[in-house]
Amino acid sequence: MKKLWRYLPALPALMLSGCTVDLLQPRGPVAVMNRDVMVAEFVIMMLVVVPTCVATLYFAWKYRASNKEAEYLPTWDHSTAIEYVIWGVPAILIAFLGAISWWSTHAYDPYRPLQTDDNVKPLNVQVVSLDWKWLFIYPDLGIATINQLDVPTNTPLDFQITSDSVMTSFFIPRLGSMIYAMPGQQTQLHLIASSPGDYLGEASQFSGRGFSDMKFRTLAMDPAQFNDWVEKVKSGSENLDDTTYPKYAAPQEAAPVQYFAHVQPELFDGIVAKYNNGMVVDKTTGKVMHMQSVLNAAPSDTGMKE
Amino acid sequence: MLGKLSFSAIPLDVPILVGTFLGVAVIGLAVLGAVTYYGKWGYLWRDWLTTVDHKRLAVMYIILAIVMLFRGFADAIMMRTQLALAYNGNPGYLPPHHYDQVFSAHGTIMIFFMAMAFMTGLMNLVVPLQIGARDVAFPFLNSLSFYMTLVGALLINISLFIGEFAQCGWLVYPPLSEMQFSPGVGVDYYIWAVQISGVGTLLTGVNFFTTIVKMRAPGMGWMQMPVFTWTAFCTTVLIMVSFPVLTVTLALLSLDRYLGMHFFTNDAGGNVMLYLSMIWTWGHPEVYILVIPAFGVFSEVTATFSQKPLFGYKTMVYATCSIMVLSFVVWVHHFFTMGAGANVNTFFGIMTMIIAVPTGVKIFNWLFTMYKGRVEFTAPMYWTLGFMITFSIGGMTGVMMAMPAADWILHNSLFLIAHFHNVIIGGVYFGYIAGMGFWFPKAFGFKLNEAWGKRAFWCWFVGFYLAFVPLYILGLEGMTRRMNHYDNPDWYPWMLVAEAGAIVIACGIVCQLTQLYVSIRDRNLPENLDLTGDPWNGRTLEWSISSPPPAYNFAVIPDIHGLDTFHTEKQLGLKAHGKPLAPIHMPKNTSAGVFIGLFSFILGFASVWYIWWLAAIGLIGIVATMILRSANRDVDYYVPVSEIEHNEEVYSRRIAAAQAAE
Repeated sequence: MKKLWRYLPALPALMLSGCTVDLLQPRGPVAVMNRDVMVAEFVIMMLVVVPTCVATLYFAWKYRASNKEAEYLPTWDHSTAIEYVIWGVPAILIAFLGAISWWSTHAYDPYRPLQTDDNVKPLNVQVVSLDWKWLFIYPDLGIATINQLDVPTNTPLDFQITSDSVMTSFFIPRLGSMIYAMPGQQTQLHLIASSPGDYLGEASQFSGRGFSDMKFRTLAMDPAQFNDWVEKVKSGSENLDDTTYPKYAAPQEAAPVQYFAHVQPELFDGIVAKYNNGMVVDKTTGKVMHMQSVLNAAPSDTGMKE
Repeated sequence: MLGKLSFSAIPLDVPILVGTFLGVAVIGLAVLGAVTYYGKWGYLWRDWLTTVDHKRLAVMYIILAIVMLFRGFADAIMMRTQLALAYNGNPGYLPPHHYDQVFSAHGTIMIFFMAMAFMTGLMNLVVPLQIGARDVAFPFLNSLSFYMTLVGALLINISLFIGEFAQCGWLVYPPLSEMQFSPGVGVDYYIWAVQISGVGTLLTGVNFFTTIVKMRAPGMGWMQMPVFTWTAFCTTVLIMVSFPVLTVTLALLSLDRYLGMHFFTNDAGGNVMLYLSMIWTWGHPEVYILVIPAFGVFSEVTATFSQKPLFGYKTMVYATCSIMVLSFVVWVHHFFTMGAGANVNTFFGIMTMIIAVPTGVKIFNWLFTMYKGRVEFTAPMYWTLGFMITFSIGGMTGVMMAMPAADWILHNSLFLIAHFHNVIIGGVYFGYIAGMGFWFPKAFGFKLNEAWGKRAFWCWFVGFYLAFVPLYILGLEGMTRRMNHYDNPDWYPWMLVAEAGAIVIACGIVCQLTQLYVSIRDRNLPENLDLTGDPWNGRTLEWSISSPPPAYNFAVIPDIHGLDTFHTEKQLGLKAHGKPLAPIHMPKNTSAGVFIGLFSFILGFASVWYIWWLAAIGLIGIVATMILRSANRDVDYYVPVSEIEHNEEVYSRRIAAAQAAE
């Protein structure tokens, strides 16, 4: 059965040959699951929808008023057997879909860390949604980018997401699930890119005037290439810290791609804390940290205390 | 003195709006001029504007709904045209500032002022007649409800020409809708329009709930109630439970905007997640408020035109009630992507899927109503068949998105847009139009033209698929909603197809207008006149009286002995009652609704623009009118027996004429 699902998406994909149907052509295990679940549902539901539509047209035609041949039961309005069927069949289908729902929602909860077979160390990426661009901070690498997300393939990607403006949604269709970016909150998302490529990334929650251009390229590449890219970014000169951040965070439409060779540590925490009276919860330890005078004069690494 | 209002608020620099204003002004002046020329102001005031007659209010509601349909559709076709143009560097003709208002207004108008008004109109027309009542429980409140809805609609349309409308979607999610990000008056227009019309809707809910509970004809127990009345009942329960939530949510947003509070702001403890949860606690029941009465219409239409009783009446009632209850435990499916835990998401996902069971049962019930019947292919039946197919597909895509794992990629995409238009057009709109065709003769005494009705159906049916199947595909191609321009070459052709679909739907609307025109022109042709009051060989009580019915509906309140008593007695050839006529106690018309509406309008408009002295006048006016109305004891009268006898005699002569014509 599971094998079968894999081939079904090919059908509509064939009809749209030449086009990229992002959701049907996944490039990561999460997206594969999203698609399989969606296609499975479609197929299961079709088992009821098609007969229903056919029966609608057939009954309407067969029992048309002008067809005096057809049987006419002017007072017939009840049949216990039929009632069992019309409650029972949908109930069984929904029970089945409910089971799939339970399994897939738990197994692929966006908050659940992913693992690869060879236990590759995950890459942490902190995502900040701004008006109207995306800031990606690689905290372990000390670099950051705007509107371009470079990731190594077959590496678990641990996204920590917030917003320094309105609510938006962080979405890379070909890698799978999306999650909201909200000011003062840290949402999480775990994805893996399984093959190299240039994938569309977008804001999928309307966020104002510049929303339509709030897109980013997701460049998935071999880990070796990725390391080269990191070195390239590190060799740049731009810094992202308390003093330069406000300039880059200011509203801007169709913002160009930008690299930052150095990022001030805890910048992300500072952005979250800005909306929480200077407090931020460390998601790994669960401890509340107090960030002092966030994103202005005092550097946050000295201002942090338990 | 004038708050934020100044001449710069009038968008003279936007040619589309100037043109629209001129068009509206010309049509408006023409209508006013015609009323003056024919000396109809007195008639209009006495017989329509101040009426408390539920049938006339129904007509006014539906006229409002149709006018709002034009407005909402104009927005729709503007969006489609924008996206058919704004590809690959072409900015299109609507800059984001304008485009964002258009999509916000489209949703708001279609839901609050088209669908809600249409639904309330149908309930007004049919419910009292189906339960053998002479009016609703609170006739004055009914008039007031209408004016509240009208004022909301006026405010939202005035925002076209004075100021601007909200630019943050039809549910104005904060923090985008907070002062920090939307300092203009657009969101305030939204808040006041929706709040004022919300009062009207809530009163309608209370009114019809009471009517159905207390005013059913003797012998009509719960399980003898016609299905449309059952669905109206469920809708009133949903209104009473959910609309207060909307009122509170928007009130909190107003406090944020007007008084600088922090319920949903980014900082100082505000939380957008609270708003999402609250607005959808109202928002999900809201879609059932719209669609459940449509289910009622389909039940009546299918049974009548299959010339058979509805299959599984009890099942239908239970299914409707379970949908009513379930609709309150599914709202989280609007934000599976917010980061809730897996157990929460699974619970709401499965609850949502469970709704598909009673809904599926309903479809099968209509199917088996046709089975071994004699199906007459009238225009309402066309809409019903179109609905059964379209809604099955829409329901399927709904179940697909009820699965959190699928919603994580479909959320906010054009797939979602296609899904809810699939159920709102294919379910709600098809249902209301079927209902309008079905009950039109009851309201006016003549039938709607069949040929133009069917043409309208085909245009809407084909247009719907042309316009929205591309949106399903675009959703799968990763296109999100509310985009103003794009440069993905894969999306472009589908946008052109969708534009073509919108044009076909426009033809459908033209057919519907033509249908109205032709029907009114040919109203006196014998095949169109409804002399008997029972043009379709109907089953329920509304067909037992003349078309249009007298103000008091029933000369004698009928006795009910079971489901479809009227139809049973007709089959048995039983003649009516023989009960003696008695004077009928009726409510007098009142202008209080008009005045409260007027003052509410002043209050809303002044508050949008921060003109506080004017707002105070509005508020004082509302309170003063209420006090005056409460103090007025002269609110009712008796219809004398002689007048009832006269009406009954005219009706008998019409029936005799109809029989002679056969």
